[in-house]
Amino acid sequence: MMGMFHLIRKNLTRKKLRTLFTLLSIIIAFVLFSLLGGLSRAFSLGVEVAGADRLITMHRVSFIQPVPLSYVARVNAIEGVETAMHQTWFGGYFQDPRQQIGLFPTDLETLREVYPEYKVPDQQWQNLLRNQTGILVGQTMADNYGWSVGDRIPMFSSIFPQQDGSYSWDMDIEAIFTGSGNNADEMQVFMHYDYFNEARAFGRDTVGWIVTKISDPEQADQVAAAIDLRFANSPTETKSSTEAGWTAGFAAQVGNIGLMVQMVLACVFFTLLLITGNTMAQAVRERTSELAVLKTIGFSDRRVLFMVLGESMTVAIVGGVIGLALGYVFIQGAAASLSQFLPGLAMSPSAGLTGVLVAIGLGFITGILPAWQAGRLKVIDALSRG
Amino acid sequence: MSQTLAITLQSLRSLPSRLGPSLVAIVGVAGVVAVLVAVLSMANGFRATLSGAALEDNVVVLRTGSSSELDSGFDGEQARLIAQSEELSMASRELYVMVEIAKKGIGTYANVPFRGVEAEASQMRKDFEIVEGQMFEPGRKQLIAGIGASGQFEGLEPGNTLVFGTERWDVVGVFTAGGGAAESELWTDAPVLQGAYRRGNTFSIVYGRLENTDNFNVLNDRLSNDPRLSVQVERETDYLAAQSEILASFISVVGYGIAILMALGAMFGALNTMYSAVSDRSREIATLRALGFAPRSIVISIMIEAFVLALIGGLIGALLAYVFFNGLTVSTLNFASFTQVVFAFAVTPDLLIQGIVLALIIGLIGGLAPAIRAARMPIVAALRE
Repeated sequence: MMGMFHLIRKNLTRKKLRTLFTLLSIIIAFVLFSLLGGLSRAFSLGVEVAGADRLITMHRVSFIQPVPLSYVARVNAIEGVETAMHQTWFGGYFQDPRQQIGLFPTDLETLREVYPEYKVPDQQWQNLLRNQTGILVGQTMADNYGWSVGDRIPMFSSIFPQQDGSYSWDMDIEAIFTGSGNNADEMQVFMHYDYFNEARAFGRDTVGWIVTKISDPEQADQVAAAIDLRFANSPTETKSSTEAGWTAGFAAQVGNIGLMVQMVLACVFFTLLLITGNTMAQAVRERTSELAVLKTIGFSDRRVLFMVLGESMTVAIVGGVIGLALGYVFIQGAAASLSQFLPGLAMSPSAGLTGVLVAIGLGFITGILPAWQAGRLKVIDALSRG
Repeated sequence: MSQTLAITLQSLRSLPSRLGPSLVAIVGVAGVVAVLVAVLSMANGFRATLSGAALEDNVVVLRTGSSSELDSGFDGEQARLIAQSEELSMASRELYVMVEIAKKGIGTYANVPFRGVEAEASQMRKDFEIVEGQMFEPGRKQLIAGIGASGQFEGLEPGNTLVFGTERWDVVGVFTAGGGAAESELWTDAPVLQGAYRRGNTFSIVYGRLENTDNFNVLNDRLSNDPRLSVQVERETDYLAAQSEILASFISVVGYGIAILMALGAMFGALNTMYSAVSDRSREIATLRALGFAPRSIVISIMIEAFVLALIGGLIGALLAYVFFNGLTVSTLNFASFTQVVFAFAVTPDLLIQGIVLALIIGLIGGLAPAIRAARMPIVAALRE
C-alpha cells in the first residue's frame, strides 16, 4: 500500500508543471462553484430560514399601498392567529440617500413574540421599551455603520416628513440583536411605531403590512385565506402569503438575472471540468508503455487500476478542497461589501459538502476510463505500441 | 522570415493530428469569451434600456432626498409651481405607483410601474408612438402599456380588462418610446390614478422639457431657492443613468469577475495544451534546430499556433454569445426603483472585440512559456528522447 502512494506521488510530480496547471484550473473551477452556491443562496434571499409559521398580509394591489392600522386587531381575532403585528417601510437612510436602510416602525413589544429568533440582551430590551426614540439594530447593520448601543443618530426618511416638515428623525440605539445567523435578518432596524405615527405629517394610522404568527403551520393556507376573506370587498383588500412564499415571490421578481448568473456559473464550471478531465486522462494515456512495464514486473490489474484512479482522485480532491476554501474566503470578503445589496450572500455548509462530493466525483469520472483501460491493458500490445 | 513561415505552416498543418488537446484549448477559450460577452451584454442592454432614450433637454424634478420616483412626492400646488416654470416649454406632473401583475410563462407576480401622466408627457418621451390600439381617454379608467411590459406580463393586450383590487381598468393601447424605460411601464391619466390610489391631489415628480438646454442651471437655482419648495432637479440623462447604475455595475462586476477567473482556468488549459504540443514534437523541433533553424522562428511558430487556437476559440465563443443572447428580452427588478424593467441583451461590436482581445491574451500567455522552452531545449537531449 505504501508503495502505491509512493508511485502516485512520483507520477504526479514527474511533470510538475502539468500537475500544477491542472491543479490550478481545478482550484479555479471550485472557487467558481463556491460563488455559484453563495449567489444562488443570496438570490433565494433567506427562503430557507423564513418562518413557515408566519404570514405576511399586504394591500392586494401592491406593497407600497398602506393598510389601515385597525386591521391588525381584526387579524388578531381570526381563528388560528396567535399574534399579529405590523411593519412599515420607513425609506430610511443615514447620510447617503442612495444607501437605503431596512428600517421598520413596528410594535416592538410583539416583535419578540413573532420573531423569537432575534436575540436581545435583557437589559437592552428594557431600555428599548422605555425610550420612545430608541431603536433596535441588527448586528451586521451596526457593524457596517460602526454604531454601538448608546449612540444618538440622525436618521432620514426619504418618504415621511415630521409635522414640522423635516425629514430628519433623531434615534437612540438602545439595543442590538442577533438573528438566525442569516445576514439578511441583521440588516434590519426597528423603531417604535408610536413615535413614528404621532410625529409623521401624513399617513397617520396606516401600516405597511401585517405579519402574523399562526399557531399551526399546517393550516397556513387556510388562515391566509381566512384573513383575505375578512377584508374582501372592503376598500382595502389584502393578499396574504407565508413569509417563505413571499420571499420566494420576491426572489422570483429578480428572476431572470439570478437564474442567468447561476446558469453562466454552471456552464463555466462544467467547461473547466471538461478541460481538466481531458488533461488528466491524457496524462494517463501517455504512459501506456510504462504501465505495461509495471504489469510485467507483477502488478495486478486491480492494482494498476487503483493507482491510476488514485492519481486523478488526489488531484481532484486536493484542488477541490483548496478551491472551496478560497471560495469561502472570497464570499466572506464579498458578503461584507455587498451586504446592502445581497444580504443573503454566504456559503452554506451543505454547499461546501456538495463541493467535496463533486470533487470526488470529478476525480472518479476523469480517472475511471483511463484506469479501466490501464487495468485491462495487454502487456504485449502496449509494449509493442510504445 | 521564410524559416518562420515554413515552420508555422508545418505546425498548423499538423494541428488536426493533435486534435484532442487542441480542442481542449479551443473549448476553454470559447467558454471564457462566450461568458464574458453574454454577461456584459446583459449589463449593456440594461443600461441602454434605462438611459438610451433619455433626452438632454428633459428634466426630472424630485423631492429633496428621494432616491427615485417611488419615494418622491409633491402636493398639487407645489407640482403646479414647478410645472409652470418659465424655463420649461412643456411639463407633465406625474404620479408613479406600482401594481402587481403576473409574469407571462411563470405566473409569479412582479411589480410593474404604473404612471399617471398629463397631456404633454407623450411629446416629451423620445419617439413616443402608439403602435396598437389608441391613447387612453382622460378621465376614464383606461391604460396603455409599454411594448416591453406588454410582452412580459399577462393581460396587457388592447381590449382586455385588468382587475387591480376593486378597480377595473381597460387596456386600450400599446406604445413604444424609443426603446427606453417607459416601455416597461403602464400609463394612464394622472387624476384617474390619483383617485384610484387615493392619493388626493399629489404627484411623484414633474417631468419638463427645457425651452433652452442651457437654462438648466437657471431652473435649478430658481427652484432650489424657492422657499415653498424642496426639490432636486436632474437632467433626464443623469437621472436615468443613476437609476441603472446599481444593477448595471453589479452585473458588470460579476461578469468581469467570472470572466477573469475563468480566463485563468482556460489559460492553464492552454498552457497544458501548448506544453504537450511542444513535448510531443520535441524530436521534430530539435531536428529543425539541428538543421539550422533559428530559435526565434520556433518561438514565433509556436506563438502563432497558440494564437490561432485562441482566436478560433474566441470567435466560436463570440458567435455563440451573439446567437444565443443578442436581443434576448428579459425582465428583472431594478433595485433603484423597486419595479420591473424589461430589457434586451445587447451584444455590441465593442463587446465582441473585448472578447477576442481576452482570447488573444490567453493565447499569448498560454503560448509564450512553452515556446521559450521549445527554443531552449538542448538539441542532443531532445533528439535522443
